[in-house]
Amino acid sequence: MSSRFGSQILALSLEHIELVLVAIGVAAAIAVPGAILLTRRAGLRRGLLAFANVVQTVPSLALFGFLLPIPFIGGIGKHTAIIALCLYALLPILRSTLVGILGVDAAVRESAVAMGMTPRQVLRQVELPLAIPSILAGLRIATVTTIGTATIAAAIGAGGLGVFIFEGIASVDSGMILAGAVPAALMAILADEGLEWVERRWSPLSVRAF
Amino acid sequence: MNPTASAVLEIRNLSCRIGERWILHNINLTVGAGETVVLLGRSGSGKTTLLKCVNRLVEPSTGEILFQGRSTAEWDPFRMRRSMGYVIQDAGLFPHWTVAANTGLVPKLESWELEAIDKRVKLLLDAVGLPYAEFGHRYPRELSGGQKQRVGIARALAADPLLLLLDEPFAALDPITRFELQKHFQTLRASMGKAALFVTHDVREALMLATRIVLLKNGSMDLVATPANFLAGVTDEARAFLASIENGGEA
Repeated sequence: MSSRFGSQILALSLEHIELVLVAIGVAAAIAVPGAILLTRRAGLRRGLLAFANVVQTVPSLALFGFLLPIPFIGGIGKHTAIIALCLYALLPILRSTLVGILGVDAAVRESAVAMGMTPRQVLRQVELPLAIPSILAGLRIATVTTIGTATIAAAIGAGGLGVFIFEGIASVDSGMILAGAVPAALMAILADEGLEWVERRWSPLSVRAF
Repeated sequence: MNPTASAVLEIRNLSCRIGERWILHNINLTVGAGETVVLLGRSGSGKTTLLKCVNRLVEPSTGEILFQGRSTAEWDPFRMRRSMGYVIQDAGLFPHWTVAANTGLVPKLESWELEAIDKRVKLLLDAVGLPYAEFGHRYPRELSGGQKQRVGIARALAADPLLLLLDEPFAALDPITRFELQKHFQTLRASMGKAALFVTHDVREALMLATRIVLLKNGSMDLVATPANFLAGVTDEARAFLASIENGGEA
């Protein structure tokens, strides 16, 4: 019995990790290029950041609920959960990438242009490398929060550690709740520490943004 | 003989507007080979804007600028900027690149052979008094203000440009370091035979470095004079600058 329980924890943990990794991966693939584009368009920047801010304020359980009836996007299962988690992860990554790129010293950018670098060279060789600590900080925040939010995904049948938590609540079994909550918390701590380590490795300049 | 044949830079009837405000009015100026033309003026006199019009960091509104006899509007801006050294007050070194990499930036953009870049970087770092063996692998944050500015000058000279553009390069330095760099710059520029357009608000610096001084006032040319003639103080603005020498030379 206990070994079956153990393997169930493992299986749900893996499912949880999958949800988080896919959501963060897709969010980063949208938010980083999106932020680069926004650094070039100040007008668009305000509008999109406002939209991302609004999404962030929607309670996660409600967002899952809103997405359910939408054709193609919605429905019971993993993909709906991933879309919702993605929407939440967008803002911190978008904002940290923007802060990182816009925070590059004006004198550095000016001399890059004046030395004859093309816009693409300025981006790749100057702005992005200098923004990396900030981008990584955003990824870390997004990952840690997504690990927590992903427990709610079980409510719409996406699986993950939230399954234990919802079952535990339904059967008033605090042991069952802990079986979901403790691994999720450990996962969040590990992700935080691990990504902070990566940040430090990638920031030899100690220009830490956060 | 065509009088402009040896001119590296020729500015004709240049005016420049940023937004609704006219910053520069009808500027006419020639910089010959090996000449150091100093743009002297108070804050807001338009001297930095004029410098930026030359390498098209700011687009001129009317008039034209010829670099090596060809309009800057016709040049590919990236190639053109690589033929003009540029030094600014804060040096603007890339913090994530070593001193050697910073110095070799323009040769790298111009796809020089690695060996040639290396050789050039060593030569220039030695020339600005920062021996490669000791400084080449350091990062800008490990340098003093004066040393950063020396790297800035080495970087500007790296691809052997015909023209140097300098925007108050020594303004943020302490007086002793500033004087050392001014002297060093003068010998270096003379030995390399570069033309230079040098922006400053420090009249003593202008008198020391210039072959000609162009005094700007409210975006117009107030006076063009050799340092010796400038001392005669024929305009109010020139007299105001000369009077300021007793107070440290900065208007």
